[in-house]
Amino acid sequence: MNTPEPLAGRRAALRLMSASAFGYSLAYAGAALAQGKAAALPRLVTISGAITEVAYLLGAESQLVGTDTTSLYPAAAQKTPKVGYMRQLSAEGLLSLRPDAVIATTESGPPVVLDQLRSAGVKVELIEADHSWGEVQRKVDAVGRVAAREAQARALRLRLDAEWATLQQQILAATTGAGTSGRKPRVLFVMAQAASPQVAGEKTAAHAVIGFAGGVNCMGGFNGYRPMTAEALAKAAPDVIVTTAQSIEAQGGIDRFWQRPELALTPAFGKRALIVQDALLLLGFGPRLPEAIRTLHAQLRAA
Amino acid sequence: MSRSNRSRWSGRTVLGAGAGLLVVAFVIAATSGAYAISPSQLLGVFGDAWRGVDNPSPEHLVFFNIRLPRLLLGLAAGAGLGLSGALMQGLFRNPLADPGLIGISSGAALAAGLTIVLGAAFFPALPRTLGSWTLVTMAFGGGFFVTMLIYGLSQGAGGTRMALMLLAGIAINALAGAGLGFLSVMATDEQLRSLQFWLLGSLGGARWSAVVLVGAVVALALAAGMTLARPLNAIALGESQASLLGVDVERTKRRAVLVTAFAVGAVTATTGIIGFIGLIAPHWVRMLAGPDHRIVLPASALLGAALILAADTVARTAMAPAELPLGVLTAFIGAPMFLLMLRHFRGRV
Repeated sequence: MNTPEPLAGRRAALRLMSASAFGYSLAYAGAALAQGKAAALPRLVTISGAITEVAYLLGAESQLVGTDTTSLYPAAAQKTPKVGYMRQLSAEGLLSLRPDAVIATTESGPPVVLDQLRSAGVKVELIEADHSWGEVQRKVDAVGRVAAREAQARALRLRLDAEWATLQQQILAATTGAGTSGRKPRVLFVMAQAASPQVAGEKTAAHAVIGFAGGVNCMGGFNGYRPMTAEALAKAAPDVIVTTAQSIEAQGGIDRFWQRPELALTPAFGKRALIVQDALLLLGFGPRLPEAIRTLHAQLRAA
Repeated sequence: MSRSNRSRWSGRTVLGAGAGLLVVAFVIAATSGAYAISPSQLLGVFGDAWRGVDNPSPEHLVFFNIRLPRLLLGLAAGAGLGLSGALMQGLFRNPLADPGLIGISSGAALAAGLTIVLGAAFFPALPRTLGSWTLVTMAFGGGFFVTMLIYGLSQGAGGTRMALMLLAGIAINALAGAGLGFLSVMATDEQLRSLQFWLLGSLGGARWSAVVLVGAVVALALAAGMTLARPLNAIALGESQASLLGVDVERTKRRAVLVTAFAVGAVTATTGIIGFIGLIAPHWVRMLAGPDHRIVLPASALLGAALILAADTVARTAMAPAELPLGVLTAFIGAPMFLLMLRHFRGRV
């Protein structure tokens, strides 16, 4: 097995956390040794930032031969060969990295290219993206299975599930428990990475994370993103605005952001209530989702 | 033309040069790509294929499943676009004409946009019944329908009026553009990206089934197009002159429009919109060989194919393992080349 040295410590810790995982690891190592040369770990291309994050958490970075342009975290992922945007993959480009498997979400494509990869003998693992906690779980399970790091995946699942359950209880207690007003803050999510800002409606990752963090999305009645208009915002009356760090950068800073005329008639404008988070952290639905939600929840309560 | 100080190439020279250019482009395209296949490995791959080896190498799989169909689709697409551009410029007697003028591209784009944005919501059964051919079928149908609509609108007293066709084409293209604009407002982020990439064109979706289909359509179009060479030469003198020479002008127009609709429709439906090839290939040929359609039509097809293969080689390798949209490159390379040609051959346009 070509497991890199620095992982040994982390692997040992994972084993201590779970006796069964330890047993499985040993069994796997034994089987792998028995197979000799053929036991080289599968080479992976991960498509989507969250899936790449999982691969790093499972210690599979030595198996990563390529990632897509949305894979920005951890920083090392930016140095991997980039196979392009997730919806515009190139069959020959991907194959030139000689992967054994490609792990992507169902949003990746084009479908013809995925078929070409399959016909060239590459395993294509697609994970359904539905903006739920289950999506995060499926990503961990799938990467563990495909990367032949199931023990590590199981340990990570245990840790993340526990973290998530605790977090949800805390948020529930904070929003509905005794001594709270019971009123959820009305939240507007703005994506302004291009010239014209857009607001998140239903069936978006932003809609889901606002709900998780104990807020309520003030925009409803439509799916996906819509251009931001002054009247719609005045009517929606958001208490606080959430946006991405990349949007603030694209708009030229927080002061410039507040100068957008559409925002002037909102309650949030009076308090300058603005929460800025990293796009991949907040909307990527990766292993850092609990961290993102905990921060967002705290920021919503403070706002 | 009298100001020209260069003697023209003979028709045979131009055809030979076009074929030579195509062969060179094809060989370069075949030996370059993200997946490194050396010329000796390539020979091995052909050897394997010749002997019918059962356990093919990865190079074999990549070459025969991915690169070769892509090259052949590019060849067919370039030939179809080059030929159609020459037909349109001959028919309109206007060097600015290109197949987009009679609505094929915009019709195909609108239909593709409808399929991408509204497909899942309104025709949920379509993807299941047609699979990945849904988009291809819709785009072809859309392009063909819009072309026939424009052709219908251009019927006036005494047959098809080319000026009417041009104006109807502009109006219908604007309408289709508005439709696309509306769809892009309705679209989700992912749909928008899909639509954008479709509009930029790519040979990335090449499959053998698509190659066979587009190849057959373009081959038929070439055969049919060649029968129009003499009538188009006569039409170059003016429609009434052509009639006096015994040419059935109406039939020629109808056939040229049909051949273009089929060829460009099939190409665009499988590759998305690839601009500029249909415009510059015939120009280049006419500047070298003069206006005889017996030369311009086949040489434009050869040159179109060579241009697309060259552009696609850059598209595949410049950002490997990612790739650039082909339509961006054809315009990037084509437009400056066009300007250079205009300066160089000022007297002959």
